[in-house]
Amino acid sequence: MEVERPIPQPITPESKPYWDGMKEGKLMLPKCQDCGKVHFYPRVFCPHCHSKNLTWVQGSGKGKLYSFEILYRPFNRAVKVPPPYVLAMIELEEGPRMLSNLVNVEPDPKVVKCDMPVEIVFSKLTDDMTIPLFQPAR
Amino acid sequence: MAERNAMRELSNSVCIVGVDESDEIGTLPHKSQLALHLEAITNAVRDAGLKITDVDGIFTAGQHSPALLGEALGITPRYVDGTSVGGCSFMILVEHAVAALHHHLCDVAVVSHGESGRSGVGVTRSRDTSISGQYEIPYGFGAAPTYFGLITTRHMHEYGTTLEQWAQVAVSTRAWAALNPKAMYRDPLTIEEVLNARPICYPFTILNICLVTDAGGAVVLTRADRAQDCAKRPVYVRGTGEGTEHVSVTQMKGLPLSEATRISGQRAFAMAGVTHSDFDHIMLYDAFTSGPPIMLESLGFAKPGEGVHFFANGKSTPGGSLPINTNGGGLSYTHSGMYGVFPIIEATRQQRGECGARQVPNAKLSLVNGMGGMLSAAGTLALSHDK
Repeated sequence: MEVERPIPQPITPESKPYWDGMKEGKLMLPKCQDCGKVHFYPRVFCPHCHSKNLTWVQGSGKGKLYSFEILYRPFNRAVKVPPPYVLAMIELEEGPRMLSNLVNVEPDPKVVKCDMPVEIVFSKLTDDMTIPLFQPAR
Repeated sequence: MAERNAMRELSNSVCIVGVDESDEIGTLPHKSQLALHLEAITNAVRDAGLKITDVDGIFTAGQHSPALLGEALGITPRYVDGTSVGGCSFMILVEHAVAALHHHLCDVAVVSHGESGRSGVGVTRSRDTSISGQYEIPYGFGAAPTYFGLITTRHMHEYGTTLEQWAQVAVSTRAWAALNPKAMYRDPLTIEEVLNARPICYPFTILNICLVTDAGGAVVLTRADRAQDCAKRPVYVRGTGEGTEHVSVTQMKGLPLSEATRISGQRAFAMAGVTHSDFDHIMLYDAFTSGPPIMLESLGFAKPGEGVHFFANGKSTPGGSLPINTNGGGLSYTHSGMYGVFPIIEATRQQRGECGARQVPNAKLSLVNGMGGMLSAAGTLALSHDK
């Protein structure tokens, strides 16, 4: 089967629990047990208070579309998703922001709006790799 | 306050004494990236009335290390700096050169840029994808427009900025390019043409995005006492500032404004002992039409959302009350990839009064500000022919 996107790489030791969670359909996020804040992308310590006292929590998968673009012309041929499609910056309910695509939506700025509520869709690329996409909240 | 006073001591201690582009800029499939560096350095050193053998400090960013430039020039520099944090690196390198010259770590510094951005001649493609490879590239991110558009769309959402207002930046910049014989595109442009151009990545059409060219540029600096003996009128580095906040746009705390830009401006103004209203000429890094207004807001020239007003009603255009991007910018003059050296070259020429048809009358204080990455890093300079 042809993979429609570049496989995320290089997977780093500190991000492995995140990618392992994806395979099980869970959005696992690093949370600081000292200051209580969740961060993303995963690091060896909390970027807010620099504590190494981290744990992993399962995110709700809900958030809002913080910002977006509509890509009409692919810059990277390894991404085989046919344009136009929506490049998305998601602000998770837990606080951190991440990049993804907004799917199951008309790629039109009249339809796609900043701050619209979104929810996660787990997209399996291969047996070993699942990535988070988002769609308008149902 | 101790820091601020110490920086005041650096103000006016160093001058820009030579600037120039490579022999030609534009589409140059017959020239290597290294050749563009060497042409620019040779031309800028000649502009200063100095010799290559006078250069003992090499400052550069991008693929080639300062060691390679020294070797190619056949000189043995005693001070090198290869800080590379994106297109504004050359502005930041001016600050580093000021510090090195001030402390006599070198006597004649060259800040050099060469990039075969369009033709890719003598180029090694490589970049750090340790974070973006995991979290960004799989979704189609990677090229600059795929990130800067996120900042731009959020700005439109928060402040009601419109596509027409961004387009006005392209129109203003093209009016200046029409007066610069070296500019790649010189025909007049209308807001409608920008809006109706080929869509690339909403909110950008192709005319909201900078050119992709081959070009070199270099800046020669020396201490103010020695500068008086150089060929041209010295231009004083009155203030410098830099800041670096993030690499990924997801880590940008003040989005859609830039914390790195704010910090760099604050430091440069404090060192120069100037305020916003003292500037009569402005050079901003225009990789995208939305960049300059957002920079003006981040620097405190305009309230959030009001930077676009600087481009309205001809204010920023030839004959306007506050000229911006008088070389025609990355949007219409040249943009090789790391554009940051070119605004410094233009500001120096404006302060010398050698810009001909596009000369800003009585320009006394130029602001140079640019970004590296996606407003990730920033450099700010205050340049003047007068102390």
